[in-house]
Amino acid sequence: MEFAIEINNLSKKFGSFTAVNNISFSIPKGKIFGFLGPNGSGKSTTIRMLCGVITPTSGEGRVLGFDLYKNTEQIKQNIGYMSQRFGLYEDLTVNENIDFYGSIYLLAKEEMNERKKQLIEIAGLVGKEKSLAGTLSGGMKQKLALCCALIHQPQLLVLDEPTAGVDPVSRREFWKVITQLTATGITVLVTTHYMDEASICDIIGFIYNGDLITMNTPEELFEKHHTDNLEDIFIEYVSKLSSKDAVLSFKEIRQQGKEV
Amino acid sequence: MNLKRVLTVTKKEFIHIRRDKASMILALVAPVMMLLLFGFAVSTDVNDIRLAVCDQSNTMESRELIRSYENSAYFKVYTMTDNPQNAEKMIAAGNVKAALLIPTDFAKGLRRGEKEEVQILVDGSDPSIARTAANYAVMISNGYSLKVSSVKLMNTAAALNKSPGVDARAMIMYNPTLESSKFNVPGVVGLILQNITVILTAFAMVREREKGTIEQLIMTPVSSLELIVGKLIPYVFIGIYDYAIVLLLSYILFGVAIKGSILLLTLLGIIFLIGALAMGMLISTFAKTQLQAMQASLLVLLPSVLLSGFMFPREAMPKVVYAISTILPVTHFLIILRGIILKGVGISYLYKTATVLLALIIAIIAITVKKFTKKLD
Repeated sequence: MEFAIEINNLSKKFGSFTAVNNISFSIPKGKIFGFLGPNGSGKSTTIRMLCGVITPTSGEGRVLGFDLYKNTEQIKQNIGYMSQRFGLYEDLTVNENIDFYGSIYLLAKEEMNERKKQLIEIAGLVGKEKSLAGTLSGGMKQKLALCCALIHQPQLLVLDEPTAGVDPVSRREFWKVITQLTATGITVLVTTHYMDEASICDIIGFIYNGDLITMNTPEELFEKHHTDNLEDIFIEYVSKLSSKDAVLSFKEIRQQGKEV
Repeated sequence: MNLKRVLTVTKKEFIHIRRDKASMILALVAPVMMLLLFGFAVSTDVNDIRLAVCDQSNTMESRELIRSYENSAYFKVYTMTDNPQNAEKMIAAGNVKAALLIPTDFAKGLRRGEKEEVQILVDGSDPSIARTAANYAVMISNGYSLKVSSVKLMNTAAALNKSPGVDARAMIMYNPTLESSKFNVPGVVGLILQNITVILTAFAMVREREKGTIEQLIMTPVSSLELIVGKLIPYVFIGIYDYAIVLLLSYILFGVAIKGSILLLTLLGIIFLIGALAMGMLISTFAKTQLQAMQASLLVLLPSVLLSGFMFPREAMPKVVYAISTILPVTHFLIILRGIILKGVGISYLYKTATVLLALIIAIIAITVKKFTKKLD
């Protein structure tokens, strides 16, 4: 099997603080990998190492066959990245935003224009090409950000909480596009706090305090924990690992509130 | 460094500037406004000081003295009064800035060949006017007394030019009419070149961080050098435009022509501009938001206006303040500007100042580069 991401005993330390501790996993090409964990657990640091932005302290890894230490330029050239802040220039138009990122990846003009046309169609932004990005709705901004991340036809798409702060309809539309993309062979790495989104993933990794706790398909997780609610599984892990047993379900919280 | 990426960043930066009204005004209109403001309004020239005259002598001699005040262009007789107390009241009320009191027996004494005293009252609440007014008044009165005594001496048939004494003749060089616009305008060139560049650069750098676009950019193949160079190019152009327009307008509006070498001035100007760009970037390493960048810019810009010798002579400053003014690049650039524009001197006179300027700018660039590489790690 061909792997898009292969990492072995990867660690990152900032001074005496270990942000990521000896994690290893392999993601086959064409899969959606959901990377879960509470805020500050080491998700972003792992992503940054995988994107070639920061150098690991120890361990080894390859992304799309490129070494995390030696081939960071090739990694950057072949991945697309989108975060919850979208990275759009609000005073630039839809076209100008896409053109800017396309030129940064050194695309030839004809290739870029053709690709741009396709993406704008997929994203449903037809007719908005000359609108300033700042005037678009949250959902449209998200789609534009996706266009910018895909303009150079990356083989790996990294999504860092891409749907935070977006309405439920836009969220579903967004995921529809993502699953369509994986059909073309692109691999997706996504972090999210929405458990319904996580259940779309082919593989789920759970990271806590820099340690990779589990790595499984959603089906196996459901079976192991005797529930089909990923959120409960997530909370079970956190309370087990942090001895925060006070984390109640929303139902229980509501009940308690009424009693008081 | 890939040129296409650099130019892509530059193109984007130009779009930002074009679509941001505040940046456009700051880049294109503010220099002209600053020039007009400092050229016309900020003037330390003291002309037409309003003078109250209390002539108790009322003789040919006293009227002649008054006329010599009027003819001087420094004073304008605002009112005549018989009562010295009225003159004082008018100063208190702010109607006049100075008063000339001529005593009753003024002419009598003069006719006897004695020295007579007149009193000049000056409103000291504005020291710069007071100092000038007092000096001019003394000068005019001395001139008058010289005239009177020479007439007297002629009458006694003694030749004036044989009388011993020191005759100090001051020749004011470079700005013979002592116009303050001639002094201010070259300074404005330096301040504009620095202030506008520092603010715009700091803003441009901080904006990427504030809007979160920097997060996206570090994930792309663009290197930090490509990004920085690409972002700075538009501000180099704006700086050169501001420099050219201000020099041109200085010539048209204030008659300030460059006496020395334009080439040398431009060369040193570009070095100074690079320093200003570095300062803007240095600010952006400290500031997280555009508001913080603005505040930090003021911290640089205010001393540049007040301490650089732009408005107040550095010679009069306390030692500590003087030392601070020495580390401001603009202080040295102002010396160069005035040297080349007003005095027309060349590098052989300015090499020391130019060396200090260069050293300061290299230091600023070194600090900026160090701060930047640290930040990216």
